[in-house]
Amino acid sequence: MADVMSMDDIRAEAARLNIDLSAVDWNSVRLPPGEDFGIKSDDDDLNEEDSLEFDAGFGNIIVVDNLPVVPREKFEKLEGVVRKIYSQIGVIKENGLWMPVEEDTGKTRGYCFIEYNTPQEAELAKEKTNGYKLDRAHIFAVNMFDEIEKFMKVPDEWAPPEIKPYTPGENLQHWLTDEKGRDQFVIRAGSDTEVLWNDARQVKADPVYKRPFWTESFVQWSPLGTYLATVHRQGAAVWGGATTFNRLMRYAHPQVKLIDFSPGEKYLVTYSSHEPSNPRDTHRVVLNIFDVRTGKVMRDFKGSADEFAIGGTGGFTGVSWPVFRWGGGKEDKYFARMGKNVISVYETETFSLIDKKSIKVENVMDFSWSPTDPIFALFVPELGGGNQPARVSLFQIPSKQELRQKNLFSVNDCKMYWQSTGEYLAVKVDRYTKTKKSTYTGFELFRIKERDIPIEVFELDNKNDKVISFAWEPKGHRFGVIHGDNPRPDVSFYSVKGGKVVKLVTLKQKQANGMFWSPGGRFVILAGLKGFNGQLEFYNVDEMETMATAEHFMATDIEWDPTGRYVATSVTSVHEMENGFNIWSFNGKLLYRILKDHFFQFLWRPRPPSFLSPEKEEEILKNLKKYSKKYDVQDQDISVLLSEQDREKRKQLKEEWERWVNEWKKHHEEEKMEREMLRDGEASDVEEEYEAKEVEVEELLDVSEEIQDV
Amino acid sequence: MRPILMKGHERPLTFLKYNRDGDLLFSCAKDHTPTVWFADNGERLGTYRGHNGAVWCCDVSRDSTRLITGSADQSAKLWDVQTGTQLFTFNFDSPARAVDFSVGDKLAVITTDPFMGLTSAIHVKRIASDPADQVGESVLVLKGPQGRINRAVWGPLNKTIISAGEDAVVRIWDTETGKLLQENDKDIGHKKTITSLAKSTDGSHFLTGSLDKSAKLWDSRSLTLIKTYVTERPVNAVAMSPLLNHVVLGGGQDASAVTTTDHRAGKFEAKFYDKVLQEEIGGVKGHFGPINALAFNPDGKSFSSGGEDGYVRLHHFDPDYFKIPSI
Repeated sequence: MADVMSMDDIRAEAARLNIDLSAVDWNSVRLPPGEDFGIKSDDDDLNEEDSLEFDAGFGNIIVVDNLPVVPREKFEKLEGVVRKIYSQIGVIKENGLWMPVEEDTGKTRGYCFIEYNTPQEAELAKEKTNGYKLDRAHIFAVNMFDEIEKFMKVPDEWAPPEIKPYTPGENLQHWLTDEKGRDQFVIRAGSDTEVLWNDARQVKADPVYKRPFWTESFVQWSPLGTYLATVHRQGAAVWGGATTFNRLMRYAHPQVKLIDFSPGEKYLVTYSSHEPSNPRDTHRVVLNIFDVRTGKVMRDFKGSADEFAIGGTGGFTGVSWPVFRWGGGKEDKYFARMGKNVISVYETETFSLIDKKSIKVENVMDFSWSPTDPIFALFVPELGGGNQPARVSLFQIPSKQELRQKNLFSVNDCKMYWQSTGEYLAVKVDRYTKTKKSTYTGFELFRIKERDIPIEVFELDNKNDKVISFAWEPKGHRFGVIHGDNPRPDVSFYSVKGGKVVKLVTLKQKQANGMFWSPGGRFVILAGLKGFNGQLEFYNVDEMETMATAEHFMATDIEWDPTGRYVATSVTSVHEMENGFNIWSFNGKLLYRILKDHFFQFLWRPRPPSFLSPEKEEEILKNLKKYSKKYDVQDQDISVLLSEQDREKRKQLKEEWERWVNEWKKHHEEEKMEREMLRDGEASDVEEEYEAKEVEVEELLDVSEEIQDV
Repeated sequence: MRPILMKGHERPLTFLKYNRDGDLLFSCAKDHTPTVWFADNGERLGTYRGHNGAVWCCDVSRDSTRLITGSADQSAKLWDVQTGTQLFTFNFDSPARAVDFSVGDKLAVITTDPFMGLTSAIHVKRIASDPADQVGESVLVLKGPQGRINRAVWGPLNKTIISAGEDAVVRIWDTETGKLLQENDKDIGHKKTITSLAKSTDGSHFLTGSLDKSAKLWDSRSLTLIKTYVTERPVNAVAMSPLLNHVVLGGGQDASAVTTTDHRAGKFEAKFYDKVLQEEIGGVKGHFGPINALAFNPDGKSFSSGGEDGYVRLHHFDPDYFKIPSI
């Protein structure tokens, strides 16, 4: 490897060779192909792309070892056997089976190469037949062709790994230290992905970072906002940094389709499903769980889609995402998935099942973790034609103890709604009426934090009303329900404080089908999306009054910023027109709107929970006036500055325009004679000083004579 | 401002034109009959029968005696405005689209579409003062742009021709030599088909509307981009107020892609913009389909719009309109 020369050395060398350095055109210097003189290109994307292409080249070839060594006469027979085994798994390419032989004896060498049509088939073949017993002496050892090279490189002697010097990372939380306390969001429109500040004071978005083709399908923030995840053909990647977005880590997972972070963003789950080679087979599913920081695979799961798609609504081809649901709050201690008649709970210390056993629950349909505690609720439907009642149970982890159970009769369906601090669980129960022809809705409310977990049953005023939407107030004791069958449903708010469910108010006849609580509670947006064309009502539940009504025509998505100060409504590319987003203040004032064609995603960057103690928060709330003074002054300053800038801009535009107008007048004057000539001397630029003449027209509409008797 | 609804066409409108006095309004539509109306009360005055295809464009001479129309029947026709008789027919081998009389009305520019292997072209014809002497020969034929040329108009003093069309480029041609003088800068120009072009009264600047959802204001002599007006819809028609610093953009979702859920979704509004500040100041609703044609009365006190719905809507401004503050 050539050492990097200093510029002084180069000058000295040049002087020795009589070369005038200033006359050298550096861009014309070309290195011999394949030679880099030991200087690595800083464009690491370039290098990686190359190696990836190479990977794709042989990914569909496997090497099968430990085959019997047979003489020439038996070659064909052995080949037949091998072909039979491996063509069951996938389609072997034409001439894709090659079994080398000893040149002099004609004996086989005990291994062969098999080339499949796709890397997935090769992967599957490796998995299925590694360790396959042809007979007692011949147990197959199957490897990917690509890996052979990797194994070859393993040195025979162990050398201690090099310890890299510690390089301090960037402050990944830097965005939280913004002086103006702004929030960031990411948008994806066309091929561009862009991160912006929401600068509500200046009523505009302030760009942070933009990159075309940043992701191949979607982007996602980690739950605490530290990372932005992108999804590519080769895997997922996370990005972050103090001032810009650098790639922090990559997670190789070919054809990855879906990703999911654990709530404490320690782990990343990636998912891919592969088309089976045989159409009768089900899709194959691969799930990897990565450690976000180290990029290491902590556990992988493979299997057919059926194993991962039990329960839920049934009858769908994919899996219900997320497959693994994380529980136990932000510590990322447990995750669980539902299988046929089981719920499997894993712990992240060992990445294995708790007690090495799944929890057996016959016919479990759905389960849902408490957002804060290691408790989950599950729902089992009615069995045996109503002989066995449906039930909702609460389980504690890791003890696997059933905390509470409730049997329910003539149940059609159940939905579970946890309140965000895990204090309450509301279960919406759809029951059949006596005739079994229709259903009605009731609710079961579990008070998790109270002794023995009391359950309260309550119904809507009109229990036959269809429930369109249900939502808890974040961190609060209230919830809202949109209910009704007519095109303009009613909205009711209830409070659960004081040990009893109390109805607060019912708002009649609202154009709403969705409810979006502010993350701070208290404010809620009643939105009429889809069929209602984007009607928005900003409602204050404390004061029980409508703060504003507005419309974002065709709006498809609504998202509050993490502080509850602003709301974004967007029209994504499900509609052809109107694509873009609006930013509103919490009380329904439109701040600004940005139109983008092919608008796919709008996501606020989440914030980690506040470090302030509840007492401190209360104190701030009490003395809000004192604190807000400073910000009021700032607001004032900015609005003065803005109007100043605006005036300035208008003045400038006006001057510029007048310059144009004067120039045009001058030209027009100069060309007057020529124009007259073109018009055969018609003295005529009067067209500009057009005069409107008043013309009175009298029209006789009808004449009739009436003879009146006197 | 209660519009006067003028129902006389059976098919979508394509073009509207006021005469210089502002008392007559000429309308072209995809039915084969250009129509003339009283610009004041919307009464139908007469039709010009003879074309055998959609009529795309028309122009009227300064003295309001001659009308020229370009039609998809591969012809452009000269008409006597008063009697409605055909005076002359220019025949082409492909559909005619844009027509425009020069200053002095002695020349006319006619564009033809690409058709059956023929490229699009701009033809300059001499217009005789006596129709008996009229001949069909072109004085000049310009070729070059790709795709349809949707508009071609005369530049100041008939020295240039300004053309725009499907290739989204505005071009200025020399009428003496037939040479291409200027093309707009690709970076600042339109990104999609230019659908319409309107000149200012004195011809010093012009406005182009494009399917890229914007309209742009250009200097006629230097082809400098002066302003850009951004809207939410493809722009099919543009007009400039001769009186105030206003521009009007009309358009809407393409007729074939129009939603069936809500008439607002198509945004079939005529949008008013402040010409200098480039800010939207208002809109006039009413059409039940994209707006294809817009024209301002030369007195600036009324304007008309023609839609895919086959209606012409004639709007006389309220007194309030003239009180809109301008810088």
